[in-house]
Amino acid sequence: MTLLAEFHDIACNPAAYGKKLKKAGNRKIVGYFCSYAPEELIYAAGAHPFRIFGTGENIQLADAHFQAYCCSLVRGSLEAALVGRFDFLDGVVFPHTCDSIQRLSDIWRMNVKGSFHLDVVLPVKLDTPSAKDYMTDVLTRCKSDLEVKLGTTISDENLKKALRTYNQIRKYIREIYEMKSADPDILRGADIYAIIKASMVMECDRLLTLLPLVLEELKKKNNIAEPPEGKRVILAGGICNHPDIYRIIEEAGGAVVWDDLCTGSRYFENLTEESKDPLTALALRYLTRPVCPAKHAGLFTRAEYIVKTARERNAQGVIFLFLKFCDPHSFDYPYIKEILDREGIPNIKLEVEDQLPSEGQLQTRFETFIHML
Amino acid sequence: MIGASKMGVGLCETAEGMGYSPDLCSYARSDIACATVNGGPIGGLPRPDMLVCCNNICGTVLKWYEVQARYFKVPLFILDTPFCHVGFADEAKRYVRRQLDEYILFLEKTCGRKMDNNRLKEVGKLSLEGQRLWQAVLNTTANRPAPMSAFDAFFHLALIVTLRGTRDVIDYYSQLLIKMKDRVARGKGAIPNEKYRLLWDNIPIWPRTRWLSQKFASHDACLVADTYTSAWCGTMKYIDENNFFDSMAEAYTRIYLNIGIDEMAKQVLEMIDKYQIDGIVMHSNRSCKPYSIGQYDIQKIIEKERGIPSLMIEADMVDERSFAESQVETRIDAFMEVIKQRKGR
Ligand code: SF4
Ligand code: SF4
Ligand code: SF4
Repeated sequence: MTLLAEFHDIACNPAAYGKKLKKAGNRKIVGYFCSYAPEELIYAAGAHPFRIFGTGENIQLADAHFQAYCCSLVRGSLEAALVGRFDFLDGVVFPHTCDSIQRLSDIWRMNVKGSFHLDVVLPVKLDTPSAKDYMTDVLTRCKSDLEVKLGTTISDENLKKALRTYNQIRKYIREIYEMKSADPDILRGADIYAIIKASMVMECDRLLTLLPLVLEELKKKNNIAEPPEGKRVILAGGICNHPDIYRIIEEAGGAVVWDDLCTGSRYFENLTEESKDPLTALALRYLTRPVCPAKHAGLFTRAEYIVKTARERNAQGVIFLFLKFCDPHSFDYPYIKEILDREGIPNIKLEVEDQLPSEGQLQTRFETFIHML
Repeated sequence: MIGASKMGVGLCETAEGMGYSPDLCSYARSDIACATVNGGPIGGLPRPDMLVCCNNICGTVLKWYEVQARYFKVPLFILDTPFCHVGFADEAKRYVRRQLDEYILFLEKTCGRKMDNNRLKEVGKLSLEGQRLWQAVLNTTANRPAPMSAFDAFFHLALIVTLRGTRDVIDYYSQLLIKMKDRVARGKGAIPNEKYRLLWDNIPIWPRTRWLSQKFASHDACLVADTYTSAWCGTMKYIDENNFFDSMAEAYTRIYLNIGIDEMAKQVLEMIDKYQIDGIVMHSNRSCKPYSIGQYDIQKIIEKERGIPSLMIEADMVDERSFAESQVETRIDAFMEVIKQRKGR
């Protein structure tokens, strides 16, 4: 599908895309970390939200700030910033999540110059009345901070439009996921990864044009597909920066039919209620969306969610995927594994460093796992 | 205790067998393992009826207590103290204060009895008094020679950590203070011949405190202060003696680890001046990201502002497998050479 080429290009090199956008000069560009960053507010302020990923270069400059025992996301993104890869950013928004991002924010504020810095200190608890009010308060402050930093005001009308826009984008991506889940052969895993990753940096207008076209193409393909062959698996974890994993899983006889990743379903799950007060509605979405282990929404919430998703998606296995040195995900893994084992859902864990293990090694691991299913 | 009694490695390995990554905090790993084997230095703690944690030091605490609450099947209360990158926002203050009310409700429900507000006031006063005395004890090391070292402080710290709010703390530190003042009056130092004064940053390397203390003493160097033990009395300025309950929200939120790196550096600079420090020993503690990430930047700030040298020791507070003795020894010797040269011997 030629339509997909654009997504692949951008997902391969988001920074190049950011630079190009900046040159076009229409909007200020605001970088952000994490799936808990309120993109809608940035968009409503007339700026362009741009999710920051590490750019995969050798770590040199960042070594002067981060010890070796930090995850490749924080080290890689600081490195990219220090070598000037993100010079096109007018500002950066840091939602509070894990201890590593928390310190990355400080280090960034102290060392990366030329763009504004905004901390959004979200609650860690998501399941109490005070946390709910605080979440709304924090978003309210974020809105007024953005107004000051971007020299603008965010009208209610623009905010509502932003909510609608993002809901629409999320609906489209979810529909693409649904189609792939119904017929895994319809789209390669690497394609869906490119779509979602690119969506986190691309201009909304462009997405609103492209995504429906992708859906149309998929619908045409839908009926001619032969019965799918791959064993159905779910990916669960944090951020994925390695599109190759999807291909290797497919070559090993598997098909990723859903995920619980932050470069995945955590991006589009749950829509924002358009009839409510916008800030309250945004807060509600963060409180109820599938939770990231850096937050707390109950003692079993995430395991229950993964079991439920595996059942709903008819998955035969779960592959855990997270970065080495990632505390929140490493802490969650043993109990979720235990529950999956108890429920009879086979699972394996892949801890990824800056570089993937050799392809042969990965292939063997995945093959062994998938044959077992 | 686990670290100091050198049981850390065994317990950490047990946790790793349970699926916990060796990269996770070794306090969490050893406690999680300890609960299941009823082991550790005192044969395990009694089974809890409830668990209470506060994330003002890290996100690890949250995950760790989730694990334990699932294991013991008991209710968990989390006091969520928003991180203060550059300040303490009004809405954060309101949030923490409201959680204190939620906390009381949680306690009343779990314990099945009402909160005694008079008792709370009393405990608040005792807590503050304990902190004042602990700070006074630490202050005595500003004298030359320092009557005690950071290694002694690591030991005496136990009371303010575990018994804060009781009379015992006050009795113990009052006596300790008298003893230290007496040593000062008699010019008695923690080490025989104090020539160089150092500051320790981060959690102690528990299984190696004695070795480190002797190593530095052999260079006539005394670690006279540290950023760790002072954290238990670092937010007294926010506490209102007559309104402990309301003011504790701020005191718990603005502690040393819950503030920005630049703010931490500022506090280190103040300690350098107060204790007349010649060099800094930083423990880059692979267990503790909130304490350790940022040390390189703090090091640079100190170098720039005060021009004093620093040493970075890569290790872990409990897990001895991360301690390379001969390498650390060589680095300490080299570091002390630099300090001696700077001080003209
Ligand atoms: S894994 Fe969690 S904390 Fe990390 S970026 Fe994703 S949502 Fe944020
Ligand atoms: S991968 Fe894990 S440790 Fe790294 S930034 Fe995300 S949540 Fe934090
Ligand atoms: S050592 Fe660090 S990471 Fe571990 S519990 Fe203490 S503050 Fe948290």
